[in-house]
Amino acid sequence: MDLKEWFASRRQKREAMQVKQPLTTEEYCALWTQCFQCRELLYTRDLRNNFHVCPKCQYHFRIGAEERIEQICDAGSFAELFSNLESADPLGFVDTDTYPNRMMEATRKSGLKEAVVTGTCLIEGTACALAVMDFGHFGGSMGSVVGEKTTRLIEKALELSLPLVIVSSSGGARMQEGIFSLMQMAKTSSALHSLHKAGLLYISVLTEPTFGGVTASFAMLGDFIIAEPGARIGFAGRRVIEQTIRQKLPNEFQTAEHLLKHGQVDMVVERSRLKEVLNRLMSFHARPPAGQPHNGPRGRQAAETVSRR
Amino acid sequence: MPAQLEKKIVPLEFEQPLMLLSQQIEALEKQLADNPNPDLEADISQLHEQYNHLRRSLYANLRPIDHLAIARHPQRPYTRDYFDRWDPQWIEVHGDRQGADDPAMVAALLTLDGIGVVAIGTQKGRTLRDKQQCNFGMPQPEGYRKALRLFHHAEKFGLPVVTLIDTPGAYPGMAAEEHNQAQAIAMNLRELSALSVPVVALVTGEGGSGGALAIGVTNRILMLEHSVYSVISPEGCASILWRSGEKVAEAAQAMKITARELFSLKVVDEVIDEPLGGAHHDADFAARVAGQAIAGHLRDLGKMSGDQLREDRQSKFRRMGSFIESGS
Repeated sequence: MDLKEWFASRRQKREAMQVKQPLTTEEYCALWTQCFQCRELLYTRDLRNNFHVCPKCQYHFRIGAEERIEQICDAGSFAELFSNLESADPLGFVDTDTYPNRMMEATRKSGLKEAVVTGTCLIEGTACALAVMDFGHFGGSMGSVVGEKTTRLIEKALELSLPLVIVSSSGGARMQEGIFSLMQMAKTSSALHSLHKAGLLYISVLTEPTFGGVTASFAMLGDFIIAEPGARIGFAGRRVIEQTIRQKLPNEFQTAEHLLKHGQVDMVVERSRLKEVLNRLMSFHARPPAGQPHNGPRGRQAAETVSRR
Repeated sequence: MPAQLEKKIVPLEFEQPLMLLSQQIEALEKQLADNPNPDLEADISQLHEQYNHLRRSLYANLRPIDHLAIARHPQRPYTRDYFDRWDPQWIEVHGDRQGADDPAMVAALLTLDGIGVVAIGTQKGRTLRDKQQCNFGMPQPEGYRKALRLFHHAEKFGLPVVTLIDTPGAYPGMAAEEHNQAQAIAMNLRELSALSVPVVALVTGEGGSGGALAIGVTNRILMLEHSVYSVISPEGCASILWRSGEKVAEAAQAMKITARELFSLKVVDEVIDEPLGGAHHDADFAARVAGQAIAGHLRDLGKMSGDQLREDRQSKFRRMGSFIESGS
């Protein structure tokens, strides 16, 4: 190989390497995420490994139902229930688009059939009934199906004597189902009365954002209410309040920390500790009632029930 | 003389043609008084006939937004007006026992058609001062807690509960949020669903969202003919879904908010007829008819045991919703 050939082959090699195209914007974005709060560029894979919490400023990114389940359930323990329920269009609702079209669009975006995923699972070995709402599907809004699945899960918890955990994230009621979506508030709250009377534990976890009909029903009825740091939680939306009282609201208004200060939630728990805290609360209450022989925590017995199913 | 009767009533926008006709009649009548003329008399009686005909056809073909306008009519009877007519000696009780008394939620002990009941209702104010005090009928958490206190009172003494609903919704204010509006409503939903006494709700005007439902989880839901009940105000719905404040009529239509529509959706148990034109045309009559209807339902419910009443109420709401269940 003479010198000329050597240079030529080197150039070819270099050109071959340059064929590797630069990343498209989409790929670049999938790879990197900018923190909404501190503007830090974060490597998405690291972010995911860190529970989708910014390592620099502890900003808690919104996460979907699937990822939440992955984070708090023991691997492979989640058994989905009531996934066969789908929304009907009871009012034949049309605004600028039809309700069925909006449903399809929501499903395409979120990959979910409805705004809540329900099932049973183990959390650090303790069995429980779990519902996780997904804001990415139709703004996490509560229509008939969300109400029905949640109610059925409460009934399942009653039947199996399981503690109940509901992770809420919702913009409120689903207007497209009109009065039916309003009535889901009564339906879920009424079912929770039976759970309450049966002496079963219900832990409500409020995540960014939880508003309207969901807050004003099952989300605020937990024996314990846990909020995620920075999550915005309230009944009326910020804009509505500002319009009503005709003044700007302080920044921290309706945040998890603000609610903690005003005695509305029991604790603000970082996402990385959520699983552990849920388990500790459930284990604590799994003790048998006073005066009865101690025959193992209730949670363990129920765990066997779940794993047998 | 309808033309003269109408004078005291503030007309609504869709009632304008009726108003014009009534003004015409009035002018002619004045003329007639000055110089009697049989031809004019005949004209007037014809106009009267036309007026009555127009009136009937107008109220028979109301759009949802017209019902909404009647439901919000400034002269529409409010909770206190019904209480006054049902039992002039009704006893008002105050306060949530935790630091406040909300005038937007009125609590009463009264005798309705011979039945002693705990009556609770949202109150819009009549004068500007009243309106401000009552936040235009939007209760604070303290109001809902006052209601809850009286639900428990009714349970303790086995008294039936009657609730009157006329509210644009729970008050969206800063203090309301900090005092946990959402929890106050949620707690009412849970506790009201489990009472073992008969509970009947009557929507007298606006049934606005969770703020209305918080006193509406009842064995029977009745609605006055022109009242409305919805998950969000048509204005709110229009601004969110249409992104326009001008699509209120469309939103009101789409959400199915009127008494008759909700009756056909099986959410409401009975629609109570109002005097022609709305309850504000004859509050005495409206109150009497509504009172009799409520008392009738209370008598029916009174035949059930406490457990049956709870079961009846919980299963009523358990059934609500519309969805498709495919084979799993």
